[in-house]
Amino acid sequence: MTEFLQQLVNGLSLGAIYALLALGYTMVYGVLRFINFAHSDVFMVGAFAGLYLAPLVPADTILGGVLVVLGAMLICAVLGALIERFAYRPLRNAPTLNVLITAIGVSCLLQALGQLVFGAAPRAFPAVFPARALSAGGLDFSSNQVVVLLVALVLAVALRFIVFRTKMGAALRAVSQNPRAARLMGINNDVVIRFAFVIGSALAGAGGVLYATNYPSIDPFMGVLPGLKAFIAAILGGIGSIPGAALGGLLLGLVETFVGGSEYSTYKDAIAFALLILFLLFRPAGLLGKPRVEKV
Amino acid sequence: MKSFLFASLLPFFAVTALTAAEPIKVGEVASLTGKEAAFGNASHQGTLLAIEQLNAAGGVLGRPVELLTEDNQSKAGESATVARKLVSREKVVALLGEVASSRSLEMAPIAQRAKIPMISPSSTNPKVTAVGDYIFRVCFIDPFQGTVMAKYAKENLKAKRVAVVTSVSSAYSVGLAKYFKERFVADGGEIALEQKFAEGDKDFKAQLTAIRAAGVDAIFVPGYYTEAALITRQARELGLTLPLFGGDGWEAPQLLEIGGAAMNGTYYSTHYSPEDSSPKVQSFVAAFRARWNGETPDAMAALGYDSAMVLADAITRAKTVEAAAVRDALAATKGYAGVTGITTLDADRNASKAASIITVQNGKFKFVQSVAP
Repeated sequence: MTEFLQQLVNGLSLGAIYALLALGYTMVYGVLRFINFAHSDVFMVGAFAGLYLAPLVPADTILGGVLVVLGAMLICAVLGALIERFAYRPLRNAPTLNVLITAIGVSCLLQALGQLVFGAAPRAFPAVFPARALSAGGLDFSSNQVVVLLVALVLAVALRFIVFRTKMGAALRAVSQNPRAARLMGINNDVVIRFAFVIGSALAGAGGVLYATNYPSIDPFMGVLPGLKAFIAAILGGIGSIPGAALGGLLLGLVETFVGGSEYSTYKDAIAFALLILFLLFRPAGLLGKPRVEKV
Repeated sequence: MKSFLFASLLPFFAVTALTAAEPIKVGEVASLTGKEAAFGNASHQGTLLAIEQLNAAGGVLGRPVELLTEDNQSKAGESATVARKLVSREKVVALLGEVASSRSLEMAPIAQRAKIPMISPSSTNPKVTAVGDYIFRVCFIDPFQGTVMAKYAKENLKAKRVAVVTSVSSAYSVGLAKYFKERFVADGGEIALEQKFAEGDKDFKAQLTAIRAAGVDAIFVPGYYTEAALITRQARELGLTLPLFGGDGWEAPQLLEIGGAAMNGTYYSTHYSPEDSSPKVQSFVAAFRARWNGETPDAMAALGYDSAMVLADAITRAKTVEAAAVRDALAATKGYAGVTGITTLDADRNASKAASIITVQNGKFKFVQSVAP
């Protein structure tokens, strides 16, 4: 039983990071209907931003940690806005395939730039949050895992607030439902799309720092695998659905952890991807996604 | 990266400084970037130091030695590509490399087919030299290393039940795990649990939680330093205070950088210790520090140095750079006194050397003991 609960804790903290990343995929998909493959590299930039910001803040304090997370979010938000402006906006009326290929191009560009600027060797990530070993009822976890869960929860709630309680959120939902009608209602679609990129990238930045705190070895390719997993999480939850992305992330983290702790540990990625295929076969819209009727 | 560019330019200056005799081209394949960059760089620094010392002493056979280094980015598939380039385009007389066994296994068939001698400085998987009669190594092999660690776990760590965490995508990890298990079980120990992961994984808590539930005395992690550090760190976070131990794949300063305080109370076996007081080791350590900004050479650096020196020794004895003659001279290497001990290449083209056991205490590497073969 203790083992089961411990695996549950492990799975949730891993899933929380997938969820943060999945939210970004889902937001961009919501407004532009394409998968932003560069998202996982924004996540990587977030981790490196954390690495360079860490020496500038008071070490080993919660305040320092929060500042690093916020700083990384800010840097990634700016990066997201730049990517949107220079890579995707010129292709606004191009076929989705062109945008998709561009996204892969931006992803490669960021990885190559990362190698150039940060170096290709893995770097050790400093402890930005005060790390304590906690133990309760036979369960052991680090304070970093708690921080990950807390930050993910706060950001998810904040996102829900923005999307459902603010004017910008209403505009976002309008563009997602019908971009043309939204424009007719006087919404500036470009601003809304930029906003989606800014928020999604900021979440990726936070995810990057949190991931690096838990797994303190970072390199310019660190985003690839978590990015792929988060993408699966977004599809599992129903791409375009914000609670779906969070749920999908947590679910995937749990599946991976429970498989990883069993004798089938080497198949954990295979199982994650098999799950994706099964979902696409039986429930193409995902857990919380709305099935969409294609109009011909 | 900058220092690497600088380093790769240096042999050119060294070469031009010497006479116009045509240089002997030696190819080196190393993981200068990517996941095992610490290995590739250490090994390269050692190799380059050896080449520079050879050239400063007048070269080999009166000709300067030119080192052509190629980076494989720690990636699967790249070593074969760059080895092919060194052999076919640069026409090197011999190949040095790689550290990781999986990548040496990629290069070896190319060297064998082209009949170019290849010396791996520090690949310990037995399969590497089994590829063919042109493939050599200057380090001990995993059956020995597995035996050393099995004995150490049983006698010094007093471990009866051990868990093993293996990387399934690394020939080194799978091989070392196998030899350790065989010996440990033969000595009356019990392998309580074997957990597996794949290269690139960063979360090991699931596997470690299962290990915690199984109740073991120690955990054997035959892997490379990045994973070893992450595994140890996460084990400590799960409240596991037991010793973790591994092989020479742990040897890198990054082990401590990534693992931090969690690494205290871990052990690994390696090829040499800079704390060794023998004059050969101490003069190497001093020369290395002078050449590379005060850095202390680790085992990969020492083996890189020895691999180049053993090659130079063979070329000198062969009195030619003709591949078959160099191969025969290498195969006849006997009692060569290097930094990592006496190198005698046996019929399987392997060296048999003593292993050093290192522990981490208060965030520093500390030499424990030397185990003779």
